[in-house]
Amino acid sequence: MSKDVIDPSKIRSVLATDCGSTTTKGILIERNAAGEYRLATRGEAPTTVEAPVEDVTRGVLNAVREIQELRGRKLLDGEAIMSPQAGDEGVDLYISTSSAGGGLQMMVGGVVKSMTADSAARAALGAGAIVMDTIATNDKRLPHEKIERIRHLRPDMLLLAGGTDGGTRKHVVALAELIQAAQPRPRLGSGYNLPVIYAGNVEVRDDVSERLADKVALQFVDNVRPVLERENLGPARDAIHEVFMEHVMAQAPGYAKLMEWTDVPIMPTPGAMGLMIQTLADQEGVNVVGVDIGGATTDVFSVFDNAFNRTVSANLGMSYSVSNVLAEAGIDMIQRWVPFDLHEAELRDRIGNKMIRPTTIPQSLEELKIEQAIAREALRLAFVQHKEFAVNLQGVQKERSIADAFSQSDSNSLVNMMKLDLLVGSGGVLSHAPRRTQSMMMMIDAFEVEGITELAVDSIFMMPHLGVLSTVHPEAATEVFLKDCLVRLGTCIAPVGKVKSGALCQISLEMPGGKTLSKSLEMGALHHVELGDGELAKAILTPARSVDLGAGPGERVERTLRGGSCGLVFDGRGRRPLRISEDAKERVRAASLLGDVMQLYPAGP
Amino acid sequence: MGDAYTPGLTVTGSTTVHKTRRLPLPGTVLVKVGDRVSARDVVARTELPGRVHLINIANRLGVLPDELTPKLLVKPGAEVRQGELLAESKSFFGLFKSRVESPISGTLESVSSVTGQAVLREPPSPVEVRAYIDGLVVEELKDEGVIIETQAALIQGIFGLSGEVRAELVLAKGDESGVLDAEHFLPEYEGKVVVGRGHITLAGMRRAIELKLAAVVVGGFAYHDIKELIGYDIGVAITGTEALGTTLVVTEGFGDISMANATYELLKTFVGQEVSVTGATQIRAGVIRPEVVRCYREGEEAPSLDEEEVVEGLAVGAPVRCIRAPYFGRIGHVTELPVELQKMPSETMVRVLTVRFDEGGESVSVPRANVEVIER
Repeated sequence: MSKDVIDPSKIRSVLATDCGSTTTKGILIERNAAGEYRLATRGEAPTTVEAPVEDVTRGVLNAVREIQELRGRKLLDGEAIMSPQAGDEGVDLYISTSSAGGGLQMMVGGVVKSMTADSAARAALGAGAIVMDTIATNDKRLPHEKIERIRHLRPDMLLLAGGTDGGTRKHVVALAELIQAAQPRPRLGSGYNLPVIYAGNVEVRDDVSERLADKVALQFVDNVRPVLERENLGPARDAIHEVFMEHVMAQAPGYAKLMEWTDVPIMPTPGAMGLMIQTLADQEGVNVVGVDIGGATTDVFSVFDNAFNRTVSANLGMSYSVSNVLAEAGIDMIQRWVPFDLHEAELRDRIGNKMIRPTTIPQSLEELKIEQAIAREALRLAFVQHKEFAVNLQGVQKERSIADAFSQSDSNSLVNMMKLDLLVGSGGVLSHAPRRTQSMMMMIDAFEVEGITELAVDSIFMMPHLGVLSTVHPEAATEVFLKDCLVRLGTCIAPVGKVKSGALCQISLEMPGGKTLSKSLEMGALHHVELGDGELAKAILTPARSVDLGAGPGERVERTLRGGSCGLVFDGRGRRPLRISEDAKERVRAASLLGDVMQLYPAGP
Repeated sequence: MGDAYTPGLTVTGSTTVHKTRRLPLPGTVLVKVGDRVSARDVVARTELPGRVHLINIANRLGVLPDELTPKLLVKPGAEVRQGELLAESKSFFGLFKSRVESPISGTLESVSSVTGQAVLREPPSPVEVRAYIDGLVVEELKDEGVIIETQAALIQGIFGLSGEVRAELVLAKGDESGVLDAEHFLPEYEGKVVVGRGHITLAGMRRAIELKLAAVVVGGFAYHDIKELIGYDIGVAITGTEALGTTLVVTEGFGDISMANATYELLKTFVGQEVSVTGATQIRAGVIRPEVVRCYREGEEAPSLDEEEVVEGLAVGAPVRCIRAPYFGRIGHVTELPVELQKMPSETMVRVLTVRFDEGGESVSVPRANVEVIER
């Protein structure tokens, strides 16, 4: 298939790979006789961007070879992907995403931390980058500390914003002078200058150029914050993608070859995943939170009232970064989710060993439970960071009404768990959990869902692949997404509040076929009701006077609830944040009881 | 199923080792292709730019940035000494003077007419890169360093702390119990690389540092003790810059675990010899492993060990190490590689292999991802 002209109607098969930090995952999509695009099979292999192989294409070929064997179809001719499809051999389209070798690592800068610097961070995050640090005039560090930081970090590129158009000159120039003094070097390769994208006050371009043009690879794009009331992230995001391909990818081991193989440019994995989350929110007209928990990083995406935000927690993950989860959360926070008695030192050693042998998988049930306990904390911490970042634009003048003046809430976060309609999980620990109920409970516990929320997982981790496919063939991407990718788990009903005595909420359900169910949800209890995929139940939910289900304290809610592979979960643990007993015996007992209700694990240790 | 497997750690009596010795910034390469170098030779040298100090001269003088040039007493680019007058302004008919002195000795790099900011830089600091191993320079990396080749025995560890050392190797005495504690370290070990068969305790490691041992090579170490030792948690495994004074190399992993027999037996053959050791570890993006390298002199023969026939890759007969519970640390040989996915006790469906353990002789199914091939 030619790289210039891709005619979607002629695509019969698509091979897509995602080169992750730990594993390279490939999927094969085929158009069937009915004209539907469906997932045919998947394969995976360890990523080989690092020593001793140091060639990303080896891992890609290994993953494709596995697909070839499982599908019984020839896709490789020696070490080349056969394209276009001829008869039963080869594929019409090959696409890839990548986060291997640490993904795209950026530093950003702006004048005021909560204004232009945050806009720059949003542009970088939206493009799929890990933001290693944000430099701002008011970030409370001394200039020489910032210079040391820039020198030390060695990012792949730097995005410099600052000032609205026609706004401050002096502060923007001061930032350029910091970079000038730091003489930053790029992370990969020593033979080229660090790419710096300037997306600040357009009237200061000459000053910036004067200071940086001979020290870095400087390019200018439109201001990310031309006026305080509006962000303009598109041009900076496009420039980041371009630089990612031209400079960063070209330096990473084997990528020059991989770029020749793919029919469209390689996209950073989180950028592609973000595209799918936005498409989902648009298509269903709902507020969505998506999470991708990987080996090295955890990405969180949210769309609330059409505002898209993405954050990446660069050091929260399940393999390379697993010890950092321990360092940030603390051993007690992880141990509270472990449903059996385990000595603290042993838990620490096991986590340390996972860090140094990142590609291993849990063989024993104990190991699985530990891994899922860590995942809850990684997800929780990543979501805390996301809520702090996903806020309304700062610096915009707002009129405050009398009601606002009396409002107790000072949170400016766009994330409102009561308004969340759908929570989607992706990444190995969620997509490949042996039981779907495990994924559902990990997400309920970590995100502390409130009110009525649907949950889903990416069946086999293919949202990034479909994200990049959507740029070439949106219909095929949507079809596969809805039919093969999105696994609806069911709905969680979590009343928020506390009662001294009596029930937290009265539940009345009209199940498919007309059967009715009435339940009383006691404080601390968890109920599980089977309701299959595609099935609906009409619910009348009457919370206690101080308890809220989204309509206000004590207000009754009538809603149609959607089922899924796990059905309905009524979570009576009430208060947020969730409180878990500090007494080890009580904690293990409570965790085991909840596990029994959801049949989380097979009988065993 | 394909040829996808986790490459393991190398433990070999003889192999060709290549070491890239690279400066952090371009500089001067002091040796050329074909030169024979020894471990302590300096092969490349450069200067790191000095630390930067910023002072806003305009603010200190109380003038506008674009009025600054005539007030400067030192031109940008000139060298300055600590306390030297950089700029001066006079007001009220010269009655009041404001002065700005240099806080450091170095260079006045620039003065901005927009911000009034002066950039002062300390003198550069020299950086030297040593050969680290004895060998032959086989490639020069222009202005950056060299690649050195040698014939050597190589033992890679899984995790380490602190950087490169070169010293004589000795075996710790009295650690038959599998624990290397403070009492096992003797004053005569000072400046030496000490190998212990078992795991080392925190007290043991502290004693090693106190006695100024060059390095300690052991089977295991408790993860929790790292924080006790260096004062912070290792969040992601990137190490090598810790200023411990004694390099640590852990060959198997965290916990109460002993060194693999083959590794210990090989290390034993180096007793009394000089070895190059580093604790630098980076699991991600580059995979740097801690290691012990024993370089052979020209004509010297590798020790004859009971080395088995080499099996390439993950195949029946390959020696493997289990790298995850419940068989963590056990060593054996692959006896079967079934293609079908199998259900583990965790209910995970995975591709497995059957391994027969060298000690005990029992055979078990293990996920392929949970073993690493012992590279020879």
